Amino acid sequence: MGKRTIVPFGPQHPALPEPIHLDLELEDEKVIRAVPSIGYVHRGLEKLVEQNDYQIMCYVMERVCGICSFGHSWGYAAAVEGLMDIEVPERAEHLRTIFHELSRIHSHLLWLGLLADAMGFESLFMHCWRLRESILDIFEKSTGGRVILSFTKIGGQFKDIPKESLAEIVIILENMRKELLVVTNVFLDDTSVKNRMCGVGKLSKEDIMKLGAIGPTARGSGVNNDARCLDLGKYKELGFKPILETDGDCYARCKVRVREIFQSIDIIIKDVENIPEGPVNIPVKGMPPMGDFIARIEQPRGEAFYYVKGNGTKYLDRARVRTPTNANIPILVKVLQGCYLNDVTMMVMTIDPCISCTER
Amino acid sequence: MTRSHEVQEITEISYSDLLVKAKELAEGGYRAVQICATSKDGKTEMLYSFDKDFKMINYRVNVPSEMRVSSITGFFWSAFIFENEVHDLFGIEFTDLVLDYKGNFFKLSSKTPWKTEAKKEVQ
Repeated sequence: MGKRTIVPFGPQHPALPEPIHLDLELEDEKVIRAVPSIGYVHRGLEKLVEQNDYQIMCYVMERVCGICSFGHSWGYAAAVEGLMDIEVPERAEHLRTIFHELSRIHSHLLWLGLLADAMGFESLFMHCWRLRESILDIFEKSTGGRVILSFTKIGGQFKDIPKESLAEIVIILENMRKELLVVTNVFLDDTSVKNRMCGVGKLSKEDIMKLGAIGPTARGSGVNNDARCLDLGKYKELGFKPILETDGDCYARCKVRVREIFQSIDIIIKDVENIPEGPVNIPVKGMPPMGDFIARIEQPRGEAFYYVKGNGTKYLDRARVRTPTNANIPILVKVLQGCYLNDVTMMVMTIDPCISCTER
Repeated sequence: MTRSHEVQEITEISYSDLLVKAKELAEGGYRAVQICATSKDGKTEMLYSFDKDFKMINYRVNVPSEMRVSSITGFFWSAFIFENEVHDLFGIEFTDLVLDYKGNFFKLSSKTPWKTEAKKEVQ
C-alpha cells in the first residue's frame, strides 16, 4: 500500500470552467476518496423572491445559469402558471419547446468543446464553439439576447416569432447538420478520443438508481429519467423518445449528448411544421393564491425541479430550483472512487457539472 | 390553450413519520429528488420529494424551531447535498448525517442567511 496524499483539484483548474473543489485522496496514482466542496460563488437568487414580485422573478430565475437560461425561465413560469391555474396558448408552448431545444443544442456543443479542450484537442474545441455560435445568432436575431433571452413571461412568450424566421431557423439547422456530422464523428470515431473515454468512469444502472443521478449521465447507463417524457412542452405530441446508451462509461455519456443534438434538430424541425397560428401570451391578472406548485423540465444537464409557494400577495413565500448538477454531485463522488488521477478530468467533464446553476 | 402539468401529490406528515416513509421509499426504488426548506416567522417547513418512473411523491414536514431533524442519508446517501445546503442556509441541524460538512458546504459571509426570526408577539 502506497502513501496516501491529498491532492486539491480546483476551484481553479484548467479542466474546470467554474469553481468546484475536490479533495482527492490518492494512494499512488489511484483515487481512494473524493470529497466535493462548492459554495465559492453562491448568489442566493432564490432569496430575491422576497423583494421581487412573481413576474419579475422570471428574469431572476433566468439568471440562474448562462447556458440553460431559457429553461430556467420556462420552469419557473410553468410552476407559477400551475399555481395560478393559467392556460398557456398553444403557440407559446410550441415556441418554448423550440427554444428549449435550441438551448440544448448550444449547451451540448459548448460541452463538447470543453471536452475537446480538456483532452488538448484545440481545433476540435474551436469547431464545436464555432457551430454553437450559429445558435446564439438565432437567439440574438429572434429575441435580442445571446445569453439572457428574456423571452418568457408568466402566461406565455413576450413576442411571436414570424413564420419566415422559423423557416430560417430550420434552414440554419439543416445546414448545420452536415457540419455537425463531421465534427461529432471525431468524438465518436477518433482513436485518441476513444482511448480517453472508452471503459473509463463506468457507472452501472444500480449506481445511477441508488445515487439519483439524472440527465445524460443517467441515460448513458441506460436509465431513463428524461423529464421530456412528462407533459410539459409539446414533446409527447412530437413523439419524443429518450436516447439511451448502456455502456455507462465516459464514451456512452458523450454519445448520448451527440445523439441528442441531432434529436433536438429533428424536434425543432417537426415542431416548426406543426406550430399553430394564434396568440403567444395571455394577460395575467390577480395574485398567486395560497398554495404551492411543482414543475419539472429536462435541462441539457438533466431534470430541473421548480417549486413555488404562494401566499395570496404578489410576493411568493418561496421559489426553489433544484438544478441538475445538485443531483449529480453524489454520482461524481462515486465515479471518482478507484479511478486514476489522469482520468479525473474526463470523469468530471462527462458528468458536466454546471456550478453557476448549483450556486444559484 | 394548454395546461400541461404533472399531478401534484404533496402529503403532510408528522416529523416522527419521516424516517419510516424514507425507508419505505428507498426500499421501493425511489430516488431523492430534492429537499426544500421554507422559513417564515421562525418556523421551518421542509418539503421532501421522491421520484420513481416519473411519479413524484412529496412529503411536507413542519419542523418545530430549534429541533434537530433526522437525516434521511441513511436511506438516500445522495441527500447529503440537500441536507448540508439546508443546514448552511437555514440553520437546521441534522442528526446522523453521513457526510456532514459542519457548516462549510457553502462559503458564506454570514451564518444561516435564510433563517428568519420568529415575530415578536404584540401585547
